[in-house]
Amino acid sequence: MNKSYPALAALALAFCATTASADKIKFDYWYGLSGDLGETLAETCNRFNASQDKYEAVCTGYDGYELVVQSAIAAFRAGKAPALLQSFDAGTADLMMSGQFYAVTQMMKDYNIEINWADYFPGIANYYASSKGELFSMPFNSSTAMMYYNTDDLAAVNMPAPTTWAEFDATLKALKAKNPEKCSYGYEPSVWVDLEQYSSINNVPLATNNNGYDGMDTQYVYNTTSAVKHMEDIKGWLDAGLAEMKVSAGGMNSQEAFSQNICSFFFGSIANHSSLNLKHADNLHWEVAMIPSETAERHNSVVGGASLWVLAGKSEDEYRGVAEYLKFISTPESIKFWVSNTGYIPVTKSAFDALTAEGFYAAAPFKGRETAIASLTATEPGPLNRGFRLGSMIQHRAEWLSEVQAALAGQKTVQEAYDTSVERGNALLEKFAKTYAGKTLP
Amino acid sequence: MRRAYFKNNWVAALMVAPQLIIVFTFFYFPTSQALYWAFTLEQPWGGGNTWVGFDNFAAILGDAYYWDSIWVSIVYAIGSTALAVIMALTLAIFADRQLAGYKLYRVGMIWPYAIAAPAVGLAFRFIFTPGAGLMMFINQMFPDLWNPVDNGTQAMGMVIVAGAWKQVAYNFIFFLAGLQSIPRSLIEAGAMDGARVLRRMRDIQLPLLAPTFFFVLVINITDSFTDSFGIVDTMTAGGPSRATDLMVYKIFNDGFQGLDYSGAAAQSIILMLLVIALTFVQFRYIERKVHYT
Repeated sequence: MNKSYPALAALALAFCATTASADKIKFDYWYGLSGDLGETLAETCNRFNASQDKYEAVCTGYDGYELVVQSAIAAFRAGKAPALLQSFDAGTADLMMSGQFYAVTQMMKDYNIEINWADYFPGIANYYASSKGELFSMPFNSSTAMMYYNTDDLAAVNMPAPTTWAEFDATLKALKAKNPEKCSYGYEPSVWVDLEQYSSINNVPLATNNNGYDGMDTQYVYNTTSAVKHMEDIKGWLDAGLAEMKVSAGGMNSQEAFSQNICSFFFGSIANHSSLNLKHADNLHWEVAMIPSETAERHNSVVGGASLWVLAGKSEDEYRGVAEYLKFISTPESIKFWVSNTGYIPVTKSAFDALTAEGFYAAAPFKGRETAIASLTATEPGPLNRGFRLGSMIQHRAEWLSEVQAALAGQKTVQEAYDTSVERGNALLEKFAKTYAGKTLP
Repeated sequence: MRRAYFKNNWVAALMVAPQLIIVFTFFYFPTSQALYWAFTLEQPWGGGNTWVGFDNFAAILGDAYYWDSIWVSIVYAIGSTALAVIMALTLAIFADRQLAGYKLYRVGMIWPYAIAAPAVGLAFRFIFTPGAGLMMFINQMFPDLWNPVDNGTQAMGMVIVAGAWKQVAYNFIFFLAGLQSIPRSLIEAGAMDGARVLRRMRDIQLPLLAPTFFFVLVINITDSFTDSFGIVDTMTAGGPSRATDLMVYKIFNDGFQGLDYSGAAAQSIILMLLVIALTFVQFRYIERKVHYT
């Protein structure tokens, strides 16, 4: 008989624990970040739950944005969707067209929570706002594409970080002349960097209708802009040995090639700043700068990352919990916790100013990250720099990659590749418009 | 011949019910949904769909790249099946000859089948990396010989080897069982008549193995059409420039990543019809050559 006492005690304890937490109102939150970033996100949930005696966030991580969006859709169709969903830039159009969400600005108004929406960087907020400027989802983990460079290698050829593509070209040639053995630029095809960011920074259209914001009858036009010449330049660098392909299928991607001091340049998200800090070769000294532009006149780059969507069809209690959570993550302390533990950038001006004032960006390991904000706020976003409101974006990105691979392998010219990619992208847009026939973009 | 049957049909129905429910829930119901979606444009978050008739099929079949994808899938199916069958048969014959340590082989050979496809892909990605290990050695002797990043044919070869390796274990079990069920007396009789090992294999073992061979063939072909996307996803992601864009990987990409449910559903229907047709062809034309004992 004695043996069952510990078991009974455990049972009683478990019972107490469940009743205690049952008093709290729970809501589900699904996110797509994994690895270190996912753990930091889980930590924000714990911090919120510890600060609350009324609401509890039940946070579930998935391995990637595609997977979490896919799972949320399946759950939504079965009536079991989470109240809060982290969805990425490319999933924005589908969510907006579906209308199955509760706009955050509306929700905060309904629950009397004061949030200064004007405080959000316009470059970030515009991506997730309607054509009329109403913010639909909560900006959260935000990034943009940057250029990372090896300071020793550039010092050896006596050159500063290039700010235009012409300077970049000259730098590559100088690096190669100085050290023919070293890989100057580890290149990895990225539609986000080579096309989407490029178009915004150089103020050229990716698609008609102001990149899709003004209507559903949109067509891609990037095969007629300077984006073609830019891709031809990249191919020229690869053919001349000034750049080398560094992709996972070849055993090492461009970030690894940079961090192990094999290549002098790397283009990637500012979120990589944190992982590069944590893991790089001992003899590597590096800094980060804005991506070069075609001319000295540059525009703001586009925000990447993800935002938080409140999904439709949940109870008022759950929404109140979600509202509390969103309020919690918007506090300066929460933003500081988030940006210092990840490579992401603060989403509000006041948080950025406060961090700058306390010297956050003055020293390593955070020094350099402010250039991402400089890149996002280089200009006020105009009609071509707000972002992209395009359906089937994931599939278009896949089409672009296949065509660029063909061009880089010499099977066709860059112009032919871009023409095909645009043509196939347009078919996707047309199908997307047909799927939502009769609906208009909010 | 006497037949056993249940007098009470309700009992029979009750016995069969669990299996039928599983088949209906996990096969017929999803298939019927896919069939419906294939003829509509389905909004991913719900909220309605539009009937479009054969538009989805017309769009897919009118796409030259889709035909490439079909061709690539057939090359993969034939390549990986041939390789897997030959390797498994060779290994099974050696294990059956009871060479030293054959009991160990018998168990060890089964393990690869328990490894998930993405893990297989990841392991082979390291093996075939041009920048390290064996392949770097080969590339140093013959510069730029091996480069699956740019070369579609090599990328395909890489995926075929990984796919076949996973399938070898499964085939091995069946071949070994088939070989062990061949009466020893037949082989011994052949040996007494002066037939050497290879001759006995060609004239006695392989013909008697025909039913097993046919079964393995059907399973392998089907499997290579439907269960290969994990390997492709981790090794090549369909690239370079669509060289390894198998039909099933395209379905995964369009449907699960791109949220194009209708297009992916139509592709699933085409893939299903293709597999049914291939299986039919195999039963109609190859099985006639098989003699069951």
